[in-house]
Amino acid sequence: MKFFAELGKFLLMIKSMFSKPENWKMYWREFMHQCAEIGIGALGIVVIISLFMGAVSTVQTAYQLTSALIPRYTIAQVVRDTVILEFAPTLVCIVLAGVVGSKIASELGNMRVSEQIDALEIMGINTKAYLVAPKILAALVVIPMLVVLAAGLGIIGGRLAGTLTGILSGEEFDKGLLAGFDPYNAFFCMVKAYTFAFIISSVPSYFGYYVQGGALEIGRSSTRSVVVSCVAILFADYLLAALLL
Amino acid sequence: MIEVKGVKKSFGDKTIINGVDVDLLPGICNLIIGSSGSGKSVFTKCLVGLIQPDAGEILYNGKDLVKMSAEDKKEVRKEIGMLFQGSALFSSMTVEENIIFPLDMFTNWSTKKKMDRVNEVLDRVNLKGANKKYPAELSGGMMKRVGIARAIVLNPKYLFVDEPNSGLDPQTSGLIDQLIKEITVEFNITTIVVTHDMNSVMEIGDHIIYLYQGEKEWEGNNKEIIFSKSKKLNEFIFASEFLRDAKDMRMLEETGKISNDRNMAQLTGRDAPTLVPPPSSEDQQDK
Repeated sequence: MKFFAELGKFLLMIKSMFSKPENWKMYWREFMHQCAEIGIGALGIVVIISLFMGAVSTVQTAYQLTSALIPRYTIAQVVRDTVILEFAPTLVCIVLAGVVGSKIASELGNMRVSEQIDALEIMGINTKAYLVAPKILAALVVIPMLVVLAAGLGIIGGRLAGTLTGILSGEEFDKGLLAGFDPYNAFFCMVKAYTFAFIISSVPSYFGYYVQGGALEIGRSSTRSVVVSCVAILFADYLLAALLL
Repeated sequence: MIEVKGVKKSFGDKTIINGVDVDLLPGICNLIIGSSGSGKSVFTKCLVGLIQPDAGEILYNGKDLVKMSAEDKKEVRKEIGMLFQGSALFSSMTVEENIIFPLDMFTNWSTKKKMDRVNEVLDRVNLKGANKKYPAELSGGMMKRVGIARAIVLNPKYLFVDEPNSGLDPQTSGLIDQLIKEITVEFNITTIVVTHDMNSVMEIGDHIIYLYQGEKEWEGNNKEIIFSKSKKLNEFIFASEFLRDAKDMRMLEETGKISNDRNMAQLTGRDAPTLVPPPSSEDQQDK
């Protein structure tokens, strides 16, 4: 029962975001600020994760494909599809749920507890529109870009690991990369990226916006928002795979 | 002017505000006082529209805030300034950015005009030159003054002040009270102050509303409060022996009946304080 009450409150928050901005320029400024916060703030970790995830994929795929009947370039095919279908959107977004989600929840929670949200409301500003909407929109713009970057870097990482360790040559890897590529996989990757971006930004916003209490509660809501976001991402991941593949 | 008619608010079975009627007048400081849990914070949040009352009317120049659409409410709120208990300054912004924020959001003024206005209000709250400081670099009193500057930067018609003296020393409290009083008169603002501070009650209490268990128990001004017959109010205001003595002395001053012990007993219900004669020159020489 509590789940449905929370879900209803969450949906009402999303609905309340849609109102005419008091000042477009200020909203644009906030949107750009959030794009920088989410995008630049998470860039480093995304680059590191992506390179290593691709490298590990290559090494582990090579370890499992021991049959001489299977051509070596198949390793690149497997790495490509694994990275595009699963690792880049899901793994990166799970990490972003921790990095970006906890930041959003604690920022809004702190604003709530220190009455800054009330101060904005008293000024006549729709705080859900001014504080929550730019975060969600920025995530919807920036996170898919990070996912595309992660996919690219994952493949580069895989190629580097493959060539440097002598598993397969660069030519073999490139051949496998182009063999049997289905553009639908890239489309599926983007559907996942947009879905997860919405989850990563809206769930922590909800937990932060409605926090009650003090510093301890901000920490708890931040942790809870990350846990709920991760579970929601995994649930959505399965749902999308079941529906779209 | 804000007219409050029969405002009620309950949370579950617990009634917090039970039919409060009061007129909050412009150009004077309207003080809402009451002990913890008396409902003054909920009442104030109802007044500014942060909490929706269950019943009653809150009329801002005749327009009912309770029944207004969200858009109309936003328009009324543009005429409201509020100083929060913890000042509620945006911690990532400098003093200047905090104050210019409402101007950026609601005006199309040029940067120069906005900066002139920021400097004007900073000067008004005696914080000239603090533009580039962050809230973390300010003292409690300075944060309150920045909060006041931000609240008045759009020339509001209504100013709400929540516990302006909490966490401040008596001298700084006095300065903040004085500032609130001056601004109220200077700009003819309807000022509503929620406070526990008895110095504020006595210094700036032009119109005092005492709430007790969600109901208006007493209404008057700082002259009348010492003559109040309300037992609950007297217990709340004059809670210590020191304050009861201070009240007696004020009554003696006001009524001019310094030597008439029987009248004092009638008025206060207590014996007059013992007047100690000043030490004679002989006593001082003995020492």
